[in-house]
Amino acid sequence: MKELRLMKGNEAIAEAAIRCGADAYFGYPITPQSEVMEYLMAERPEQRTGMVVLQAESEVASINMIYGAAGCGKKAMTSSSSPGISLMQEGLSYIAGAELPCLVVNVVRGGPGLGTIQPSQADYFQATKGGGHGDYHLIVLAPASVQEMCDFVKDGFDLAFQYRNPVMILTDGAIGQMMEKVELFEQIPRSETQPEWACVGKPATRGRSIITSLELDPNRQEQFNLKLQKKYREIEAKEVRYEKIQCDDAEYLFVAYGTSSRICQKSVQLAREKGIKVGLFRPISLYPFPYEAIESLSKQVKGILSVEMSAGQMIEDIRLAVHDRIKVQHYGRFGGMMPVPSEILQQLETQIIGG
Amino acid sequence: MEENITLEDIIRPENLVFQKTKLFTEKPLSYCPGCGHGVIHRLVLEVLEEMGISEQTIGVAPVGCSVLAYEFMDIDMQQAAHGRAPAVATGIKRVFPEKFVFTYQGDGDLAAIGTAETIHACNRGENITIIFVNNGIYGMTGGQMAPTTLPGMRASTCPYGRDVKSMGHPLKITELIAQLPGTSFVTRQAVHTPGNVRKAKKAILKAFQNQKEKKGLSFVEVVSNCNSGWKVSPVQANKWMVENMFPFYPLGDIKDV
Amino acid sequence: MTEEIIIAGFGGQGVLSMGKILAYSGVMQNQEVSWMPSYGPEMRGGTANVTVIISDERISSPILNIFDTAIILNQQSLDKFEKSIKPGGTLLYDDNGITRPPTRKDINIFLVQAAQEAAKMGMTKTMNMVVLGAYLKIKPVVQDKNVEAGLKKSLPARHHNLIPENMTAVERGKEIVEQTQKV
Repeated sequence: MKELRLMKGNEAIAEAAIRCGADAYFGYPITPQSEVMEYLMAERPEQRTGMVVLQAESEVASINMIYGAAGCGKKAMTSSSSPGISLMQEGLSYIAGAELPCLVVNVVRGGPGLGTIQPSQADYFQATKGGGHGDYHLIVLAPASVQEMCDFVKDGFDLAFQYRNPVMILTDGAIGQMMEKVELFEQIPRSETQPEWACVGKPATRGRSIITSLELDPNRQEQFNLKLQKKYREIEAKEVRYEKIQCDDAEYLFVAYGTSSRICQKSVQLAREKGIKVGLFRPISLYPFPYEAIESLSKQVKGILSVEMSAGQMIEDIRLAVHDRIKVQHYGRFGGMMPVPSEILQQLETQIIGG
Repeated sequence: MEENITLEDIIRPENLVFQKTKLFTEKPLSYCPGCGHGVIHRLVLEVLEEMGISEQTIGVAPVGCSVLAYEFMDIDMQQAAHGRAPAVATGIKRVFPEKFVFTYQGDGDLAAIGTAETIHACNRGENITIIFVNNGIYGMTGGQMAPTTLPGMRASTCPYGRDVKSMGHPLKITELIAQLPGTSFVTRQAVHTPGNVRKAKKAILKAFQNQKEKKGLSFVEVVSNCNSGWKVSPVQANKWMVENMFPFYPLGDIKDV
Repeated sequence: MTEEIIIAGFGGQGVLSMGKILAYSGVMQNQEVSWMPSYGPEMRGGTANVTVIISDERISSPILNIFDTAIILNQQSLDKFEKSIKPGGTLLYDDNGITRPPTRKDINIFLVQAAQEAAKMGMTKTMNMVVLGAYLKIKPVVQDKNVEAGLKKSLPARHHNLIPENMTAVERGKEIVEQTQKV
């Protein structure tokens, strides 16, 4: 029988981590995501599945603990919020450079700096364009419900191991703190074996497994970068995810992910009650970004309003997709403020339809 | 005079007096002649070999001169970001509690940029071994001041000598972590004489045996030289080390629980 | 059916837990639910509020500024949310501590003297359940058996002995709620 629960987004992340057979969670408390580690500690995952949970001395330490555990071929994850994720960027670059699989959850809050503890989507650039130094990408998934918070933990680990690449769940304080009905998937046992590349102690029968991102020879480092880029092209070709809501007859389009996409769904409803044919396009994978799907919609609609709780970050990708064919504008709130459905509709009317 | 001696004569097994430790790879060491790293690498590898644990061991290399330690050691290893080796080792040990895990770090890595990771791994009593090579200078980046640079000692970023009033005091991190309940064995050794090499090896052996007995964190500091960074000959470097480093960083066991 | 509710009062009045029990009751009858606590910069002065949505369909925005029903337990919240009720919508309030009663003429208004009743019953901690009972009398969006099941799910096992007392409070709420304005 399927198990239904009412859970906070943060709790769903934690329960899904145990159920998907994760081996380790290393983290450091920060609002608004501390429930992830609190839930894990209360659940005694070491007894349920043997999963390790450790509160590290900092986000810097926790991402490096992830590096160590991931280098052993284990399913390791962490979660944090914006300032903590900034501290992890060095480690994430190393993890990408060493081609290690891992899962990082960013429950975004208002910035810059210490900012606020309320929801925001202003970490889009950091998440999708690299974040740390060097040419690399995280695979970035943006859940819009507590159910997706749960499901994307499992999907995220699958993608991470398939591509040997760090995966980020980019969510925000609203989905983290909100409770919704969740259908939990059944317990998946922890893996008893590790991939062949993993660092597990070298038997006489094989060469050394070395986890490193260092290369002294620039020619070879260029070759490695080309290999990484080839991997990213494959991810871009195969792993684009999105959802279209009432787009079939749409004359206008909202593009929004995560919490903003939920609010926009209501705006679509309000608009259609007024006779405005608007649809919602929801990118689910932010990297790889659904450029082609948006380009194809841009041939159908008259204008696009990008809605994001930021000063306008995703809009740059939308504009790349649209090639100036139609008008694309941004509407956002900052610093922890969330737009309400009527406000977004009004922006569509003034910026796109009337503009 | 044996003028007709050939190469074949020399390499006969009965003439063998010294050989490469099996756990060294074929790669020539990249360290400067006279540097202590080669000897310390060898001691770690000899201990792994003698304990028969190399197949269950995962090492963590730092950033610094020994960044390429994994090129020389024929075991599975991970290369950590600067200062983060104790955190990386924690991640490894927590998912593989039955494996042997060690970090190999220099003074800048362990006692400057990685101080937090060092202290907290020690304080948690992670059941790992830390090998800490202290030569009082940043070797790889070209001889800058280290957290362990002595007062008045010259380095490229303190060309007139370390002025403790503005640059702070040398950090005796080994004494510091010995205070923490998570550490079980804390010692300071050197490898400049055969006698010291033997003592250092004994300490490293004990540090790995403690892991087997799950005694908590074992910490072996090796005070070493850096003749390139100190800009003297290897012989002068060792002399300078004995006369200046040892009084400030005295050798011997600091803690043995 | 979609019911969009704001529940607001002082912290400690059981606002968030009432919302959680209501939402869990919806889950028990396999409806879609969302529970969104006050988590914005408006959260100050010790007030707490939560938006609860129960629906037969996929829920769109968990963040709303207009509601079908407002359940109000203090003056600040009445001042703030009275204007956020849809015309023809419902306001349920406890007049304990209210000096400026509601003034809107285009909504249905119900009164439940829950604090007073819970004190009378000697179960002050079940005040929020009296309010929940009153709400369910007005809008029976969830069945009593599912409220009980929801209680069981949202209370830790060590508090399950309190469930009968809570259900009594729900029943009492249904009995004492009175309509003071009808549109």
